Amino acid sequence: MEWVNDHWGDIFALARSHVWLAGLPLVLGLLIALPLGWAARRWSRLYPVLISASGLLYTIPSLALFVLMPLILGTRVLDRANVVVAMTIYTVALLVRTVADGLGSVPEATLQAARAMGYKGLRRFFGVELPLAVPVIAAGLRVAAVSNVSIVSVASLIGVSQLGNLLTDGYDRFITAEIVAGIVACVVLALLFDGLILLGQRLLTPWVRAQGGRA
Amino acid sequence: MIASILEWLTSSATWSGEAGLGARIVEHLWYSLLAVVIAAAVAVPLGLWVGHTGRARWLVSLANSLRAVPTLGLLFAVALWLGPKISGELAFLIPSVVVLVILVIPPILSGVYAGVEAVDPATRDAARGMGMRGMEVVRQVEIPNALPLILSGLRSAFLQVIATATVAAYIGLGGLGRYLVDGIKTGDYVSTAGGAVVVSVLALLVDGVLALVQRLVVSPGLTGGRTGRTRRGRSEPTTASTSPTTSTGSSTRSPARSGMSAGDGGVDSHAT
Amino acid sequence: MIRFDGVTKKYPDGTVAVDDLSLTAPTGKITVLVGPSGCGKTTSLRMINRMIEPTSGLISLDGQDTGRMNEAQLRRGIGYVIQHAGLFPHRTVVDNVGTVPRLLGWDKKETLERSRELLDRVGLAPELADRYPSQLSGGQQQRVGVARALAADPPVMLMDEPFSAVDPVVRDQLQDVFLDLQSELGKTIVFVTHDIDEAIKLGDQVAVLRVGGKLAQISDPAYLLAHPVDDFVADFVGRDRGYRSLQFQPAPKLPLTSERTLLLGESTAGVSGDWVLVVDDSHRPLGWVEPARVSGEVTSEHLHRGGTVARASGSLRGALDAALSSPSRRGVVVDDEGELVGTVRAHEVLSLIEATDRPDEDRADAFAEEGA
Repeated sequence: MEWVNDHWGDIFALARSHVWLAGLPLVLGLLIALPLGWAARRWSRLYPVLISASGLLYTIPSLALFVLMPLILGTRVLDRANVVVAMTIYTVALLVRTVADGLGSVPEATLQAARAMGYKGLRRFFGVELPLAVPVIAAGLRVAAVSNVSIVSVASLIGVSQLGNLLTDGYDRFITAEIVAGIVACVVLALLFDGLILLGQRLLTPWVRAQGGRA
Repeated sequence: MIASILEWLTSSATWSGEAGLGARIVEHLWYSLLAVVIAAAVAVPLGLWVGHTGRARWLVSLANSLRAVPTLGLLFAVALWLGPKISGELAFLIPSVVVLVILVIPPILSGVYAGVEAVDPATRDAARGMGMRGMEVVRQVEIPNALPLILSGLRSAFLQVIATATVAAYIGLGGLGRYLVDGIKTGDYVSTAGGAVVVSVLALLVDGVLALVQRLVVSPGLTGGRTGRTRRGRSEPTTASTSPTTSTGSSTRSPARSGMSAGDGGVDSHAT
Repeated sequence: MIRFDGVTKKYPDGTVAVDDLSLTAPTGKITVLVGPSGCGKTTSLRMINRMIEPTSGLISLDGQDTGRMNEAQLRRGIGYVIQHAGLFPHRTVVDNVGTVPRLLGWDKKETLERSRELLDRVGLAPELADRYPSQLSGGQQQRVGVARALAADPPVMLMDEPFSAVDPVVRDQLQDVFLDLQSELGKTIVFVTHDIDEAIKLGDQVAVLRVGGKLAQISDPAYLLAHPVDDFVADFVGRDRGYRSLQFQPAPKLPLTSERTLLLGESTAGVSGDWVLVVDDSHRPLGWVEPARVSGEVTSEHLHRGGTVARASGSLRGALDAALSSPSRRGVVVDDEGELVGTVRAHEVLSLIEATDRPDEDRADAFAEEGA
């Protein structure tokens, strides 16, 4: 506790960096996964292709992906963009399936009704399909958020600073308190992300609670 | 740069010797296998028990909430705590394996649990009604039906272990992680990237082999049945997305690291 | 014989699913438990093979208290069929059927032979044997479910809404297959349904239960239709119960009129009247023609095939149906070989109905005593 009291400033700075490195890819990933998931739904042949491709991306170990990013992007080894892009790849890999399945979870009868009322194309997507898919997409997003927060900490091994620094530094210098602080900070951050997504979902889907359904 | 990485990868000097690439691959696979086998020995019976009896479901929630703990933190904490208590070579190996085991218990446990849980109640009812005893129901009905999810849990576990074993090089574990961790420290990007390529390929291969095993041991009645049902009711496979059955769906191709697994469907409801 | 003696099932939350139930399911007969949802019919059924344990009371099988038997052994001796068949999705059809024989330790070859034989018995083509349940239709799955329950030749069968999940046409076929099998095998069967028509069609004895698990009435179907004990039972068996009860009244002495008949290919020249019956060489009725509309020979295209045919040995309902559904308003009556014996008019059947006594009370009393 003493260690923590002496280092509040450092912890907050690292936490802010962590939020960016884990949160930005979450937003970018969702923005990329939405059209991809929609396409996978729209053209059924694309579905297995996209699902296996994202599965393959997900099998690449995080440290390896971080290390390989400069080779692919032409960035410097210490560039924070490496981590953001790598995390975005993981997020997209996870969310494509979620979005596709979420859109697929909209009952056929609802879609027929929307069509019958003259909903078309993009308006139908944003007015009917997407809102109804929110619970499923949000569930996927929560999983991605928790996993992102954990994976980002590995980036301290390639010298990109965030809460993971507390872990490596604590290990290098035998400061148990620092490691514990790092773990706690990561968990708290993961819970914050999780709660935020849950809150967003509640706000976006008032009908779910009206039914007494669970998120 | 790519040329020199290729050269490194194909040079016989890289591959040979006790600390060569070949030996590192074997080491890496050995740690992974060891951790998954130990974790499975704990998690499979536990998952079967929870799923079969419906008791102590909190165990699955607890295991899932462990996923919010950063891998790296767990690794270092256990290394600092256990390392000094063990002497010699094992000082590196034991803490790493302990962490790997802790890490992959959740995906295996929730895979097994979700699999058993997802067995059609009518099927289980029929099994008991025909006079199967507890263990007969487990062996003849629950395990075969849960197999797709059990195996995809194991698959996730394997991938997660391969990824984490790489990071564990930082606390002194051997394996392919050595190239990455040592390469970063000495600024040797060629061997760092080379090691990264090899470990990625290894992960893809292991995943592929396990996918094949999955196809061979799962009853065609289960996989065929799923597509059959999909064809009949268009909305059916997808409505499942938030329930344990989703995981059934994701079993064919499961993104697998850091806590993603067959049990995802269950994870989000338990995680917090 | 299965006997319920004051059986009650009360759940910890205080709900009473079955309330002091006493009844007997006689050996070799079909006893149907019927009632609205929440009447405890499924609970009662599941207490027989101890899938649910009664709170109090005694259930005995051929005089032996089931509560003292080994659960698994008890169940292996009782066939069990449930609504969605509950087939094992990971096993082929033939392996599903062989489940209980294998549990009982039969060898593989014997089990396989028996399973194939049973698939044939329930009317499934042999090539379906190696398919998986997911590749079968709902009706086929139910047939497999029945075959599986029969596999070890248990003297007793429990059937919980086995035909409820399939469409009406398939349900009718399944019921007929089932009745056929039963007439050969003579099992002691307890059958649960919410469908009163099914109960009346299949049951040798029908027990109507009311919500809260109380027995309202138990008797043979004819008596039930004719003499419901109270408004609940009367409502439950339906407003057309009077008409339906006719199916249990044999029509022994129908006042038959003989018909002028034609053979296919004969000319209608010289035939008068509005409708004439066409028969084949063996005097089996084929359909009606209007001679005025046929010039020359009668071909099968001229035939009106609508209308049911009644058996002389059948019920009054069959005769009335035949008369009402015939285009000539004359109901065709045949003998057991299907040969024409004459026709009957609706008013003639109705006067017979007027003259017939209701099912006598003695028969019902017999069941009531057994149940008490």
